[in-house]
Amino acid sequence: MTPPILQVEGYGKHFQLHEQNKLIPSSHNVNFTVHAGHLTALIGPTGAGKSSVLKGIYRTYLPSAGRILYRDALGHEVDLALAGEHQILELRRREIGFVTQFLHCLPRQATLDVVAQPLLTLGVERPEARQRAAGLLLAMNLPQRLWSVSPATFSGGERQRVNLARGFIAKPRLLLLDEPTASLDPKTAENVIGLIEGLKAEGTAMLAIFHHPETTRRLADQVVELAPPPAVEELLKEIA
Amino acid sequence: MNKILEVRNLGKIYGPGCPQCIESTGPDADTNLCPHCGSVVAIHDVSFDLFEGEILGVMGESGSGKSTVVKALYFDQPPSSGAAIFYDRDKQYELFALNAAQQRWLRNHRFGMVYQNPHLGLNFNISAGGNIAERLLMSDLMDYGAIRERAKALLARTEVLLSRVDDLPKNFSGGMQQRVQIAKALATQPPLLFLDEVTTGLDLSVQARILDLILEIQQELKTAMIVVTHDLGVIRLLAGRAIVMKYGRVIEAGLTDQILEDPQHAYTQRLVASAL
Amino acid sequence: MNAMSHVQSGNAYNFGFLDEYAKKEVRRAILKAIAIPGYQVPYASREMPMGRGFGTGGLQLTLSLIGPDEVAKVIDQGSDDSVNAVNLRQFIEMTCPGISTTTKTAECTLIQSRHRIPEQPLTSMQIIVLQVPYPDPLVVVEPSEDKRKTMHSEADYSRLLVKLYEDIVKFDEITISHRYPTRINGHYVIDPSPIPRWDVPKLNDSAAVILFGAGREKKIYAVPPHTKAEPLAFSDVPFQVEDFRDEKGRRRACARCGCTDAFLDEFVADSGGKTWQCSDSDWCDAQLLPAKRLQGEPA
Repeated sequence: MTPPILQVEGYGKHFQLHEQNKLIPSSHNVNFTVHAGHLTALIGPTGAGKSSVLKGIYRTYLPSAGRILYRDALGHEVDLALAGEHQILELRRREIGFVTQFLHCLPRQATLDVVAQPLLTLGVERPEARQRAAGLLLAMNLPQRLWSVSPATFSGGERQRVNLARGFIAKPRLLLLDEPTASLDPKTAENVIGLIEGLKAEGTAMLAIFHHPETTRRLADQVVELAPPPAVEELLKEIA
Repeated sequence: MNKILEVRNLGKIYGPGCPQCIESTGPDADTNLCPHCGSVVAIHDVSFDLFEGEILGVMGESGSGKSTVVKALYFDQPPSSGAAIFYDRDKQYELFALNAAQQRWLRNHRFGMVYQNPHLGLNFNISAGGNIAERLLMSDLMDYGAIRERAKALLARTEVLLSRVDDLPKNFSGGMQQRVQIAKALATQPPLLFLDEVTTGLDLSVQARILDLILEIQQELKTAMIVVTHDLGVIRLLAGRAIVMKYGRVIEAGLTDQILEDPQHAYTQRLVASAL
Repeated sequence: MNAMSHVQSGNAYNFGFLDEYAKKEVRRAILKAIAIPGYQVPYASREMPMGRGFGTGGLQLTLSLIGPDEVAKVIDQGSDDSVNAVNLRQFIEMTCPGISTTTKTAECTLIQSRHRIPEQPLTSMQIIVLQVPYPDPLVVVEPSEDKRKTMHSEADYSRLLVKLYEDIVKFDEITISHRYPTRINGHYVIDPSPIPRWDVPKLNDSAAVILFGAGREKKIYAVPPHTKAEPLAFSDVPFQVEDFRDEKGRRRACARCGCTDAFLDEFVADSGGKTWQCSDSDWCDAQLLPAKRLQGEPA
């Protein structure tokens, strides 16, 4: 088997809240790998730190412990936990995508352009980028009358589809998915599952958290179960 | 990606300064006023890099020194210490080692500035078009027709009605004045733009449109920008990376989403918690 | 002492009214002004026995330059006979015994003028001194003299050019009628005193030395002989002199001498209508002579 695209070793994350003088554990000693064309699913109870792992990989969180070894398109290994900010920004632009449940976008930008954006930053011409965005939005069942307006006013389900389309469009090498089908109707969810399968087949490595165990069963090639991190006292003992 | 600006240990002290200025001020001392000599340590030891086409956010409350940073880089106020290197095509300039004429050349040709107060960025006695013409004339474009066309194109790009090209800025709304300022700053297509609290004090809807415009411009022209603001929303929308300042010091630097979701410093945590 | 030797017996004043030290300082300032074309050289403007604004700056230059063998001419708005010109000429005659004065441009060696340069081309044997009310062209765009000095030193005249831009926007042409900002020797822009645009081209490549003296503002500047003097303009909206065309597009002629290639003053005639006449009275007289001769000849 080819070496994994992503190898997480001993990942841990805790928050130090200075104001309350508190240490909040979030993830503890997480280990797994993600391979090209495979989907690794994270499961575990609420509070097990599933989202924290995704955010740590994307560097929205600064990891507290462990290594996040990523093998880039040129075959170089990068520890995402330590990589420089510009290197992370470059990887985000070219290789690593993240579909969250939140959508931050410009208030005036048309949905079609929001979705096309990752392609534009990669240098794809606008007409082609928009065309591919339209194809994805069609597949997501987003009504065509919404394409030219900003997603700022959309419902949760509509926004999620925009988010997914934007995450999928540039076909990243590694895609992080945080409950991508949570607020979708069954039919759209089914379409999204189809799209995920398609991306997998094209070689994208995926790390996902799914709301429904059923989705995990259908899509995951590998399942990693996370346990809630030990209490602070335990952590402190470990650190000491 | 290439580096466009390298700022190292920038410092600015207002007042006589004394050997105890630095240790007696800053976030830990909870003041920027030196108790020994009464000097204001506006900024101290500010360092960062800026890459081509990148937007860096500089955030902090009033008195944090964030505006002083861009004012020093734009040669509005010379720093007391530190260095900055501007990389421009195949040249590099040590900003604070240049003479006044060289600094003015860079200011007029390669930098742009948009101030919070439009009175600082615009001449209110001449028309909107004249304001843009001034910047073009500074860069030695001497053809009236070409200047006029360029001014109109810039105003159209920043969504100022062309029928108002010959109106005085004082008759414009606040949002419109900022658009004219942006058009003026962009006149020479500078690779580096400084934006100092450009949306502060504007209506929310106007703010949003200005931010939109700034991002569109950044994507179109690949202009590197330093955005100074106290508004976390502005930082989130515009900046890929950010630095947080307090009492003249950089207390935190990182990716914008990381600073907003996983702030490390007690002050930033408080700032983010109070904003969200 | 050298300074004493110029005192004429029986005259209470030193030759040229100014004491020799004052003259020396003015001459030094003039030399510096000539060495740095267009640069405004500060000097210690003396009190003169007339109000500032009546040509005291120009007069100090004239009195510092004049020698006993000089032939002086004084013009006010082109005329040798206006009260102002007559008074200044008499003052010079009174304080500079031995010099001669003339109204003829061709015959003089030193001209002091208010607001005109003679139509008759000046020669390398002549010096013209222009009286200046406001020496700094940047004063209209920048109130701080400190900042103006920096702007001059960096040749930063974009804000003057913006004024031209605004003029064209508002009026479709540059409306500056006099004091037209002119760049000397590729660097300093001067206020050439309130001469009409008509006279601005005469600054360029002039055979005569052109000196400017501002008494109230205490500045001296110069356009040395054969120096480039370019009025500020745009490449596609060039500088233009007054064209004196009538409604039909014909060049107006002087009502007195009939000349069609001199700067004209507009008058209201006795009949109530408008009439035009040469501003340069010496020029007009000179044109009149051959014209009269022509008329006197039988057809």
